[in-house]
Amino acid sequence: MTVTPSTRATDRASRTVTLPSTLALSLARTQIELRQFFRERDAVVFIFAYPVIMLAIFASVFGQDGTTVGPEPGIPFGQYFLPGMVATGVLLSSFQNLAMSIAVERDEGGLKRLRGTPMPPTAYFLGKVGSVLVTSLAQVAILLVVASTLFGIDLPTTADRWVTFAWVFALGTASGAVCGVAFSSVPRSGKSASAVVTPIVLVLQFISGVFFTFPSLPLWMQQVAALFPLKWMAQGMRSVFLPEWAEQMEPAGAWEHPMTAAVLAGYLVLGLVLGIRTFRWKRRDDG
Amino acid sequence: MSTEPAVHVRDLHKHYGPKRAVDGLDLTVDQGEIFAVLGPNGAGKTTTIEILEGYRHRDRGEVTVLGQDPQHAGREWRSRVGIVLQSANDQAELTVDELVRHFALYYSASRDPQEVIAAVGLTDKARTRTRQLSGGQRRRLDVALGIVGRPELLFLDEPTTGFDPEARRSFWDLISGLRDEGTTILLTTHYLEEAEHLADRCAVVRDGRVVALDSPAALGDRAARQAVVRWTQDGLVRQEATDHPTALVAALAAQQPSGEVPGLEVVRPSLEDVYLSLIGEPVTNEPDLVLALDGVSTDHHPSAEALR
Repeated sequence: MTVTPSTRATDRASRTVTLPSTLALSLARTQIELRQFFRERDAVVFIFAYPVIMLAIFASVFGQDGTTVGPEPGIPFGQYFLPGMVATGVLLSSFQNLAMSIAVERDEGGLKRLRGTPMPPTAYFLGKVGSVLVTSLAQVAILLVVASTLFGIDLPTTADRWVTFAWVFALGTASGAVCGVAFSSVPRSGKSASAVVTPIVLVLQFISGVFFTFPSLPLWMQQVAALFPLKWMAQGMRSVFLPEWAEQMEPAGAWEHPMTAAVLAGYLVLGLVLGIRTFRWKRRDDG
Repeated sequence: MSTEPAVHVRDLHKHYGPKRAVDGLDLTVDQGEIFAVLGPNGAGKTTTIEILEGYRHRDRGEVTVLGQDPQHAGREWRSRVGIVLQSANDQAELTVDELVRHFALYYSASRDPQEVIAAVGLTDKARTRTRQLSGGQRRRLDVALGIVGRPELLFLDEPTTGFDPEARRSFWDLISGLRDEGTTILLTTHYLEEAEHLADRCAVVRDGRVVALDSPAALGDRAARQAVVRWTQDGLVRQEATDHPTALVAALAAQQPSGEVPGLEVVRPSLEDVYLSLIGEPVTNEPDLVLALDGVSTDHHPSAEALR
């Protein structure tokens, strides 16, 4: 900029230096995002109840008469499906939630309005990530409490399991969130957002071993699923919630933590790059 | 330094495919004035204002807003500009109070949120969620969010579309009040009376360029404000635009054996007529008037010839 504000009017110069910090505005954005989120009652109920209801159905239907998964002594069905539900919950509250809600915000003119203010775009994105972190944590906490109290599923007791949980959860949420931001530009309108986003999430759930035991899927399907993050998130979560010997049921015969970290981090970077390069503050039809 | 114009536009061009939305537009808005951009839908008002706001990139031309090129302006510039876009229906679940308070956080010298809410007349609705506001209340909230940062320059894009007359009047008072506090205001409207009531100066835009620029009272050239004399001759309605209607009527009367001119009318064009003639719209109930107004700009006066 060739014209600096201080050369033009001194009373304006004092305003320049005191523009609120990006960090303070990120927190303010997180707060207002959460407030908005919790007032959209339908979305709240869906995101919080979906994993719990799915777990209840799968544990009840497949777990009748004490059926188990895998060789003796076997894993109770409820316990086997819990990691998949944790992973799918993260995908819902990060990717699906943001891809749809940002598409709607764009359609309604909310993004355009924000772009016209001095709020830095970084604060908007960090606010989204912050609100997704809070809702995902709340969602997974509800799921684990229900799993443990109503379905008698044993939760891990060792610190290293919870460390694994923490990084898989954090990486999964972060990559899901940035991919959601990037994907929000794909639907042509707010109305079509759910029609575009939901099938993708649903297909991923089926092929990634959320609804079936992963080894029971056809090999080609397993290979397709391995290209997407949900399979790795579910596998990472299985390494948290299943006994050590269940490792042998994985396609590679191992939990593959480094690969899980690499795929999730890869999607994080991909989502960031695509999101930054393609993000639109205006509707497609808006000049 | 303070005499530098708030907005300076020279030879602005913006094309969408073959459509020339803005086609060589010039505009200067001085600091502290209310400047209205008038014109029909599709004249290029919104495209122009969105280029000034930094939302769209121009194809060609020179644009300076508060001393900077909006295309490359940063946070500091945005904190000095207030933007009220055309209709939006976002953030439906938040209350008026929450939104104004939140937006106040974006700026370093914000107005007091409560005072802003009071100024736009929404104190009673402060705790109401946006989705429950009426159209006019919603629009006033838009204005509240546009002015809470104490902007030096406020853009209003068709701010009162859909208002009832009373709401429009109180809105005008609000905008005049902002000008009195030193805010420069650039508004687009297709209501002539809005420009007449609010604006210090207004530009009429048509086909992407300014066709007239003046104070609302002086808008239109002298010819467009000439009186029109209309009478019936040989069973046909004749009319002529003139600066001297009395002389014309006297001349007509002298031609009539009875001294009475049949079907005599003398019409002064209203500001509305002037505006409509500028934007090239047919005057709906007076189709001949436009022809007459168009005719006076040439040297050829067919109706005057018919007289002689």
